[in-house]
Amino acid sequence: MENRLAVEVEGLTKVFGSTLALDAVDLRAARGEVVALLGPNGAGKTTLLKLLSTALKPTAGGGRILGEDLVKGRDPIRRRIGMISHNHHLYEELTAEENLRFAATMRGIRPEHDAIRKALAEVGLEAQAGGKVRTYSTGMKRRLVIGKMLLFDPELLFLDEPHNTLDQAAIALLNGYVASVRARGGSAIVATHNLSRAYDMADRFVLMREGAVARHVEKEHVTVDQLRELYTRYAENDGGVPGDAGPLRQADGREALAAS
Amino acid sequence: MVVAEVMRRTWAMTWKDVRVELRARERMNAMLFFAALVLFIFNFALGPDLSKLRDAAPGLLWLAFLFTGMLGLGRSFQAERENECFEELLLTPGDRESLYFGKLAGNILFMVMAEMLILPLFAILYNLEIWSALPGLLLVACLGTVGFSTIGTLLAAMTAHLRAREVMLPLLLFPLTVPVILGSVKATEALLSGAGLAEAGHWVKLLAGFDVVFLVVCPLAFEFVLEE
Repeated sequence: MENRLAVEVEGLTKVFGSTLALDAVDLRAARGEVVALLGPNGAGKTTLLKLLSTALKPTAGGGRILGEDLVKGRDPIRRRIGMISHNHHLYEELTAEENLRFAATMRGIRPEHDAIRKALAEVGLEAQAGGKVRTYSTGMKRRLVIGKMLLFDPELLFLDEPHNTLDQAAIALLNGYVASVRARGGSAIVATHNLSRAYDMADRFVLMREGAVARHVEKEHVTVDQLRELYTRYAENDGGVPGDAGPLRQADGREALAAS
Repeated sequence: MVVAEVMRRTWAMTWKDVRVELRARERMNAMLFFAALVLFIFNFALGPDLSKLRDAAPGLLWLAFLFTGMLGLGRSFQAERENECFEELLLTPGDRESLYFGKLAGNILFMVMAEMLILPLFAILYNLEIWSALPGLLLVACLGTVGFSTIGTLLAAMTAHLRAREVMLPLLLFPLTVPVILGSVKATEALLSGAGLAEAGHWVKLLAGFDVVFLVVCPLAFEFVLEE
């Protein structure tokens, strides 16, 4: 039977030298679900994304991504995931078309010229396809990354601060792409500190602080203002204790709001 | 099928590096300027004494080659550092050898191109007749370049994310390539003194031996370098 969880990790811990960056994090995400990791800078969101995307190896803990073991199954995981980061991962001296062709080839995809043009057209960059990425605005670069994802067609998408410095059109395109991934059964994990953008995009929120999960919150139980209140309390240090999330099934934010 | 995939990825990586360099022209400009500077400075320092120049020539030639190569290796992951492209490479599925060999091919290509321009400049500035020894010199230059670049590419990847990478790369690279440097200088010395390739044979064999060892070990070690 196919595993219905896209992400299922327990006790994920990462230590850099003497710094504990991530402390025994448990996380689950169902297929078709979008989960937002919320927290201030240094909360461990990016480290968690890097561990889940196999860019880093955990110091302790483990689990399964798309049914594959997080440590032993890195190669099959990498074939099925995509990453949209504020760092773009684009070569500035190459054109948009060259960037897509290179990325696809390295991923083992042999895209036809038409497929690349189609991806560029879908993100509105067909006219600028021959221009060097160095000349692109931030929004255009992010659109190109989405074009890359259209070629990769990932089942699980990781997004690291994806809305940073984007204009409204680029945000709409990004949100539309994430919605399309979800519509065909894919999942997404979004790391951000932009609560309203996260609220628009995600089904569930994981509040993080100091490398640990402080609280899990279901979207259906909170408004964006209540989410902001919980964020202030649990992620920004006003009474929250890192690691007090308890079992996932019990934590949905309702009891915390009722107690406030 | 797997070999074809590895070849395709290797070629894509080399093509990307060449294309980036053709447009940015950062690496080759720096390499050639530095090489010319080294040759000019030593030419002025040693003066017009032909015997002194001939004695110092093999070492000076390789000094120019290796420092130039070092400069190129230090910049070989510049494009990957920009926009964290290194992370994207890390997340590509499949073998790691093609990433390594793609980078290596680019590094060898740029170093050989620089050497092809340094060699005639060297012959003119130092008033040396190198043309009769040219086939042997080219062979030694190729073997030395392969040995130096093979381990240099691995170490450049290893130090790419270090803040002190400009210091760490030569610190790690030069001790490890002593056999390659020694073999290259000694073989060049023999060839420039008029001895044939046969007399430089044992140095050439040493170079070839180290090249083979480095070409086997470095791609295997690359995976561990890349994955943290």
